[in-house]
Amino acid sequence: MSTIAADVKDHTHDDHGPAKGYRRWLFATNHKDIGTMYLIFSFVMFLIGGLMALVIRSELAIPGLQFVHPEFFNQMTTMHALIMVFGAVMPAFVGLANWMIPMMIGAPDMALPRMNNWSFWILPVAFGILLSTLFMPGGAPASGWTMYPPLVLQTGDAFPFLIFSVHLMGISSIMGAINIIVTIMNMRTPEMSLLRMPIFVWTWLITAYLLIAVMPVLAGAVTMLLTDQFFGTSFFLAAGGGDPVMFQHIFWFFGHPEVYIMILPAFGVVSEIIPTFARKPLFGRDSMIYAASCIAFLSFIVWAHHMFTVGMPLSGQLFFMFATMLIAIPTGVKVFNWVATMWRGAMTFETPMLFALAFVFLFTIGGFSGLMLAITPADIQYHDSYFVVAHFHYVLVPGSIFAIMAGAYYWLPKWTGFMYNEALGKLHFWLSTIFVNLTFFPMHFLGLAGMPRRIPDYATQFADFNFIASIGAFGFGLSQLIFIWVLLTAKRGVPATDAVWDDPEGLEWTVPSPAPFHTFDTPPKLPAPKFG
Amino acid sequence: MLQKTVLCMIGLTLAGVAHASWGLNMPQGVTELSKETYDLHMKVFWVCVAIGVVVFGVMIYSIFAHRKSRGVTPATFSHSTTAEIIWTAVPVVILLALAVPTAKTLVRLEDSRDPDLTIVATGYQWKWHYQYQDEDLGFYSSLSRPSLEARRKQSGIDPFSVDNYLLDVDNPVVVPVGKKVRLLLTSNDVLHAWWVPDLAIKKDAIPGMINETWFKAEQVGTYRGQCAELCGKDHGYMPIVVEVVDEDAYQAWVDTRKADAPQLAAN
Repeated sequence: MSTIAADVKDHTHDDHGPAKGYRRWLFATNHKDIGTMYLIFSFVMFLIGGLMALVIRSELAIPGLQFVHPEFFNQMTTMHALIMVFGAVMPAFVGLANWMIPMMIGAPDMALPRMNNWSFWILPVAFGILLSTLFMPGGAPASGWTMYPPLVLQTGDAFPFLIFSVHLMGISSIMGAINIIVTIMNMRTPEMSLLRMPIFVWTWLITAYLLIAVMPVLAGAVTMLLTDQFFGTSFFLAAGGGDPVMFQHIFWFFGHPEVYIMILPAFGVVSEIIPTFARKPLFGRDSMIYAASCIAFLSFIVWAHHMFTVGMPLSGQLFFMFATMLIAIPTGVKVFNWVATMWRGAMTFETPMLFALAFVFLFTIGGFSGLMLAITPADIQYHDSYFVVAHFHYVLVPGSIFAIMAGAYYWLPKWTGFMYNEALGKLHFWLSTIFVNLTFFPMHFLGLAGMPRRIPDYATQFADFNFIASIGAFGFGLSQLIFIWVLLTAKRGVPATDAVWDDPEGLEWTVPSPAPFHTFDTPPKLPAPKFG
Repeated sequence: MLQKTVLCMIGLTLAGVAHASWGLNMPQGVTELSKETYDLHMKVFWVCVAIGVVVFGVMIYSIFAHRKSRGVTPATFSHSTTAEIIWTAVPVVILLALAVPTAKTLVRLEDSRDPDLTIVATGYQWKWHYQYQDEDLGFYSSLSRPSLEARRKQSGIDPFSVDNYLLDVDNPVVVPVGKKVRLLLTSNDVLHAWWVPDLAIKKDAIPGMINETWFKAEQVGTYRGQCAELCGKDHGYMPIVVEVVDEDAYQAWVDTRKADAPQLAAN
């Protein structure tokens, strides 16, 4: 015992950097290394999920069935969604959190570094299992990412693997969330009160609580599916006295907070970037925090607006309609505050700012269609049509994913120590923005005109807009190759200064670029706020 | 002259956009409630447009006017209680103005009392079965033969050469015009959903449960829709066709159907 204690006492971090070779990554406990792995993993998943989207858009480019069978088409829509939601968007935000939260709050690392290692390394296993189902008898899951019974119970050999991989994703998310909460609550530099925390840290704190609240609910729902299939229970089987609609209630009790899990950190990223490039403090900082908290609370009481056609009682429909409309208020506050932050600033338009501005524009369009979807009688028409597909892709692609891109460009010089190629970044931005709209805007029209989602072939009156959307999808996919080039050449630019940008606020800009392997061995002093 | 040409072109474009076959907007439909639904949809759409014009207008102005390259010094303000109260209160008022008419329509949508006739629609993988409760009449309705042949992978048949490709059935539902039709929905296997945009109806068909909805078509015609809940590999191939006919034609259809029924059974 005494030798160990003496050992610990003498132990300092000055003498060693990262381990060599694969051990650095497999046994990683450093928040920066784990953050890097999360970001690379999520980008790989983004490309795989994107390829699946291109299979879908190829088949839908013209009427008639040209490339794939309907079964495989359904496997593609299902896998595309699962991979993008759980493999691309969520891990990307956890990656940003890993890299930035300790540096933003003046902590030396995450609070639970070994659990951090676990929560990352579970993910490749989970997605390895999920992707392996593509090669199983009966193919990959084809019941949609919502896994509604009884259809999901018709899945072939892939079924238990689907459930197991969802469990693993859930465990990974819960561990990540615990780590983030413990880090934020315990490891802030002493002067940093909760309200002085950077807004990105705030939105992640709220997101982490949402994750802990709802991931076990998803785990419960899929476990009930598993026992219905293999152990003779009838939770969701009407023949045994169960209720298929109960699954939808449980799933969306997870699913709606999940939607905000994917957008709140995006709000945080954008709220960091706009003030930097407007050279002006974030407008209504406190109300931004309260609005994010309100949105998080409301997310728990609106789940059944995904289910207006299941035959709910009138009172239920009215409640969920009114509750859903309320979300427009805090979301509006956030958008207005971003615009007010820009107002009378001195803006420049580097790539992160461009992505952040496009986020505000295009996320707001997704918000508008969200408000339209809250109007129940109209929702009955929009439901399960391409209008919904347009809506959630607007909030997820030029919403969440643009925010992730913005964050990546914003912090990349801090990570690598070099400025990325600004011209290529801008090209990436403009092509992405043009093609993302070309892809998803026509889908509004398709849905209103009556095209259901999740169909491999369609009536001929939908041909024109589908063709446009397919062109857009390929354009968007190819534009991401530019981003790969930007990343590969990230270290060829001029060396970045510590502040990187024009006097941004935050502790992460006080450490050298690239950020050393260990930052803040002692709690830093908080600089005085720039604006009173 | 040039002005006239431009105006003419704009006019033609607008006419083209307004033309139904472009399919840019929700159909107004042929029931009172479908028109109300359309009106609600347009109302909330214009509210969004108005908010969008204001918010994006301010933002675009700011992007052009408040840029560093114009040599402006940034302001330092970071909050304004007045502004924040205004942009919290105004949305509340707008939402209330939307909520009241919406709730009224919703109440009427759910009122399926006193129907003139009742049809039970049962979803199957992948077709519909219709049972006319008062008439002792029932039949299956599945994708029609020409679409069935053209839909096969690389069938070599141009979908554009097939009438109502994927939206045609062998046995359509026939209902009388101006009568309140109650639809009871259930399923024999997985979830399905019965959607006909012109009737503004979409309701899930759930095994072990009976869902209820209704419509009263005000206009004679053929209205097409599709299954709207993913139900397996042929989800895209179980359309719905409703033929709204006048009272006499409806009676005649019921009579022939009934007369044919024993024959069909014998076959």
